[in-house]
Amino acid sequence: MNKMGLEEYKGVYVFAQQVDNKLSSIAFELLGKGKDLAKDLDTDVTAVLIGSDVKGLADSLAEYGADKVIVVDDPELKEYRTEPYAHALSEVINNFKPDIMLVGATAIGRDLGPRVSARVATGLTADCTVLEIGDFPLVPRPGVEQKHNQLLMTRPAFGGNTIATIACPDNRPQMATVRPGVMQKIDPIKGAKAEIIEFNPGFTPNNKYVEILEVVKSVKDTADIMDAKILVSGGRGVGSKENFALLQELADVLGGTVSCSRAVVENGWLPVDLQVGQTGKTVRLQIYFAIGISGAIQHVAGMEDSDLIVAINKDEDAPIFDVADYGLVGDLNKIVPELTKALKEEMANK
Amino acid sequence: MKIVVCVKQVPDTKGGVKFNADGTLDRSAMLAIMNPDDKAGLEAALRLKDEYGAEVTVVTMGLPKAEEVLREAFAMGADKGILVTDRVLGGADTWATSTTLAGAIRNLDYDLIITGRQAIDGDTAQVGPQISEHLDLPVISYAQNIKIDGDSVVVERQYEDRYHVLKAKMPCLVTALSELNEPRYMTPGGIFDAFEKEVTVWGRADLKDVDDANLGLKGSPTKIAKASDKVKKGAGEKVNLDAQESVAYLIGKFKEKHII
Repeated sequence: MNKMGLEEYKGVYVFAQQVDNKLSSIAFELLGKGKDLAKDLDTDVTAVLIGSDVKGLADSLAEYGADKVIVVDDPELKEYRTEPYAHALSEVINNFKPDIMLVGATAIGRDLGPRVSARVATGLTADCTVLEIGDFPLVPRPGVEQKHNQLLMTRPAFGGNTIATIACPDNRPQMATVRPGVMQKIDPIKGAKAEIIEFNPGFTPNNKYVEILEVVKSVKDTADIMDAKILVSGGRGVGSKENFALLQELADVLGGTVSCSRAVVENGWLPVDLQVGQTGKTVRLQIYFAIGISGAIQHVAGMEDSDLIVAINKDEDAPIFDVADYGLVGDLNKIVPELTKALKEEMANK
Repeated sequence: MKIVVCVKQVPDTKGGVKFNADGTLDRSAMLAIMNPDDKAGLEAALRLKDEYGAEVTVVTMGLPKAEEVLREAFAMGADKGILVTDRVLGGADTWATSTTLAGAIRNLDYDLIITGRQAIDGDTAQVGPQISEHLDLPVISYAQNIKIDGDSVVVERQYEDRYHVLKAKMPCLVTALSELNEPRYMTPGGIFDAFEKEVTVWGRADLKDVDDANLGLKGSPTKIAKASDKVKKGAGEKVNLDAQESVAYLIGKFKEKHII
């Protein structure tokens, strides 16, 4: 691999994902983290905005911390497709030479990231939950050059059972996809402006361009669980689609949102949008209620970083109790309505 | 039509995770299985074989023991199996793995390459798209179904709030989700075949157009700085009371924590 000229690579870049010309939350989350990293490296943060007719989104990227915005605007980029987006981002990297390139670990980012990393011949660390600047190796080793100011990327593996911290010492940019919902956005600075750089590498369709025959948008009447502060989550133990009404009532009292485990989606009781866990979503909440959820590791990996976890399950050996702060062993059909009623009374007394 | 399917042998993390007394992962106690997304990819290939006629070649990279997943693939109906194994390939990250597999696939004729979306031991979802880049092929990741239309494949691909129906000209690469299908069981005849069939074994020398600098641990741009089995969050308090008492207990805790 090309190990020459690493010092030419400078700055923290984030891929500012947009869908239908609306910026995704992950764009702001990456800017928030990017700003921290840039501060440690004494450099600035650049958002890379790729799409068609997207220039108008640059100001809100500035408000969330971007010092510069590189805009790649082309009609070929209207809907996300792997090849024109990979071409756009690879050419930005080749021309501007970022030290760090962050991409959201979203359905789009997990498609785009690997393709781009292979094209620009660098490493990519998937689905990171912690990013920091430090030394590699972490402690000096005889005969090994210890490099400073490296991006240390931490990620869970083995279904969340192990944690690894990864560095990319000899290649640039240091690339990571970052799990949505983990990094903090900054409070927007109203009126902030960024330097806008327009860049178009040219788009000529080739064998790698796929044709979009149809775009089917699923009508979304469900709340986004990633935006919730409190989730009332149900599993197979809830027993039926209808019985989720009990959970909805509890959620309503607390201003929370109902979510679920994979088994519930498989049974067709709730849509996949509401699934928490490995192939669903990762959440970090103030309170997570796990109701009738046994606690498969994929599910636990998706919710264990919540501040407070309450588990209700009739099986006192259910693994969910191993991560719960408070565990109630018993029949959810009795406990949940009782809890809803008690909370209502408490709220009324305030 | 010729289809190449990439599979990986992985420890089974689903349900059967075992821990040592000190809380670390006990890998030796866990079963080695064919990675679920890869198995769905193999099933998708076998269905295309059933419907249109195809030769299905399964490629795996790993220790010699990984031959087991090729035998399983034979028993499901795969035609050929290639094991890529060599000491110099060990310790590969996704870049070095994808350059290795691409080097193996360059020796083969193919119209379609199918990989699983991701392996349950690494969860990166990177190797499939990276292979497509090395081979200069179009990629469609996260396929929900796969159909053939003349010289193209038509695939449904889910994004956050929508799906795209995408058409790519072959040769191309598709990554499969385990939700794609229910893999078939091995058949008795298939199991018999599985032990009759020859597994082809390739080493470093058999890889085509690959630089040593891109293989194994040395050719991996990402390096592990530190790895640890996750410190499990200690269990909190657990009560086994009647419903009213349980609720009173929890309300008490919520008040203590100033949640309500």
